[in-house]
Amino acid sequence: MPELIVNREVVADTFSYLTVEDAVPATGDVIVPLAVWQDQADSLLARGGRTGVWLASDQLAEDLDERVHQADVVAIEFPKFVDGRGFSTAYLLRNRLNYQGELRAIGDILLDQLFYLQRVGFNAFLLPDGKPAAKGLELLEPISVRYQASTDTPSPLFRQLESA
Amino acid sequence: MYVYNDYDQQLVNDRVEQFREQTQRYLAGELEESEFLPLRLQNGLYVQRHAPMLRIAIPYGMLSSLQLRKLADIADEYDRSYGHFSTRQNIQLNWPELERVPDILAELATVQMHAIQTSGNCIRNTTTDQFAGVLADEIVDPRPYCELIRQWSTFHPEFAFLPRKFKIAVNSAESTDRAATRVHDIGVQIIRNNAGELGYRIYAGGGLGRTPVIGQVVSEFVPEKHLLTYLEAIVRVYNQHGRRDNKFKARIKILVRAMGIEKFREKVEAEWAHLKDNDSTLTGNEIKRMQAHFSEPDYADLPATDPAVEQLKADSKGFRNWLERNATAHRVPGYTAITLSLKKTGVAPGDITSKQMRAAADLAERYSFGETRVSHFQNLILADVRVSDLPALWEEAKANGFATPNIGTLTDIICCPGGDFCSLANAKSIPIAEQIQRQFDDLDYVYDLGNLDLNISGCMNACGHHHVGNIGILGVDKKGAEFYQISLGGDSGLDASLGKILGPSFNAEEVPSVIEKIINVYVKERTEEEEFIDTVRRIGIQPFKEQVYA
Repeated sequence: MPELIVNREVVADTFSYLTVEDAVPATGDVIVPLAVWQDQADSLLARGGRTGVWLASDQLAEDLDERVHQADVVAIEFPKFVDGRGFSTAYLLRNRLNYQGELRAIGDILLDQLFYLQRVGFNAFLLPDGKPAAKGLELLEPISVRYQASTDTPSPLFRQLESA
Repeated sequence: MYVYNDYDQQLVNDRVEQFREQTQRYLAGELEESEFLPLRLQNGLYVQRHAPMLRIAIPYGMLSSLQLRKLADIADEYDRSYGHFSTRQNIQLNWPELERVPDILAELATVQMHAIQTSGNCIRNTTTDQFAGVLADEIVDPRPYCELIRQWSTFHPEFAFLPRKFKIAVNSAESTDRAATRVHDIGVQIIRNNAGELGYRIYAGGGLGRTPVIGQVVSEFVPEKHLLTYLEAIVRVYNQHGRRDNKFKARIKILVRAMGIEKFREKVEAEWAHLKDNDSTLTGNEIKRMQAHFSEPDYADLPATDPAVEQLKADSKGFRNWLERNATAHRVPGYTAITLSLKKTGVAPGDITSKQMRAAADLAERYSFGETRVSHFQNLILADVRVSDLPALWEEAKANGFATPNIGTLTDIICCPGGDFCSLANAKSIPIAEQIQRQFDDLDYVYDLGNLDLNISGCMNACGHHHVGNIGILGVDKKGAEFYQISLGGDSGLDASLGKILGPSFNAEEVPSVIEKIINVYVKERTEEEEFIDTVRRIGIQPFKEQVYA
């Protein structure tokens, strides 16, 4: 079973991940593809259970509108761990759309990427099968110095030192 | 040069421990080969033909004597007592053991060095003019800006898994470009606008490799303080829109070309509008802090010339030759910049032994404030030598194999490691360089030919920058045999251009005589004072073609 980390804790994953072909169940927590969300966000939000939307790697933050703030989760898929588009998507969701809810990395991610993923704004990680969450938690902060600003550090190191 | 503070040191120390732990997991089978690959690449570690290759960063080419001695010790302890300077101002070790790489990184960290982002699909070492700070033709010293870019790009969380590698170069000279900025993913040209304000002309989409392209202007003027946010905007647009389906079409040059420069510029400007004036905008204090690291050394008040030097110039042709080719005029009277040649015939271009590293460290301490620079031409520079020290330095340079007086000439060949070492190569490159150096062993003749860049790459990845050599040689594979394609008319300077392919390729034995035929056409056709590149531009490649394929 894939393990899920949310806010630095291992938790059970209550969500089902739906594709465009899947019918939306009447109850239960679901994460739907962007197209479904764009079509039916209002009815999805009116049903029982929590609702999230997932973006494929070629879908951009700007494809989402104001309704994103009502989503319980936004998930960004990494089809391969070398595909780094999701890092920019996450940054833009947090900093451009000002999305404050749960931002979950799903798909092919490495434990050694959790540090960067966390820095750009992800606070949840669905680890691929076989990747232990306990090890992931150990690897969240391998580098203690951050030169540049990102979602986790709005001010670069040089500003922090100047105002210290 | 830049000196680490506690944060800089902590960062490289953390990196050593991180990589040690990753290597242990890999060796224990907890990380798959494919998963370890990007992790080791972002630490400069390749798996090569004979052994791993470790590429160590030399930020914008600056090396202290202390660092050179440490590199010598590492080459002795962990490798075969030599290293290879690359065309991006880095140094490569060809024989380290994977298990011991964490120890090498720990040794490097003790002298403020690392191998961070020297490979992989991330922002690589920022390069610049090897004569930064010492020549009269520069607008400001580019190195503080390079260091700002280095820090900003180091472990940038958003840009570590770009579509492809990403290289930035900075040039601050007004009339020339010794950093080849137009063939980089981003070229930063420092300029002053009409109001006298400092800023940058930003180029993007240049690059060599399989599809060579000259960069185009994204912005004519970005004010000084907006350097990092503007770079961020460009890299973000690239990260979102660069192709991921084909690694040969993934560089930013392909994106810029596909989108068109106007549309690309529009996207960058739209992104930048959100970032402009945010906290990543440089402060006057931060720029000053960086500049203070590159303040002038303690130059003495000296006469411009020295009688003993003038006498030796009159008496010794060898000394005269060395000064003509290996000395560069300094902006401070009584000083000169000297290039220590690593292009001795019979030695792979850019190779340096541990003994030579120690010798260069000594020379730097004795004659040049303890600092050296590495050029993308794969030579070493002592940037601040007293004119009166030149005779003594010449003797010592000769004794250590550094005095080959061929800088900028046909035999000052830029060359990648090629098929002897690199698993990507289609053909050997080092033996070709040596054959050409042997063919042109008459120094007077080589001098008469004047400035001429001859660049060799062993495959189309173009580490030897063959596209921008006045004469470029590319190793190709023809049904399993090694062949060489020759191009003419490339130039990496302000007036950058890509070479045109002459015609069908040649086998290794033919190459030196083909080069000779090309040179003969130049000698016959040139007008007075015309350099090789000027003649090629004026008469085109047809006359060369006719001779070579006659």
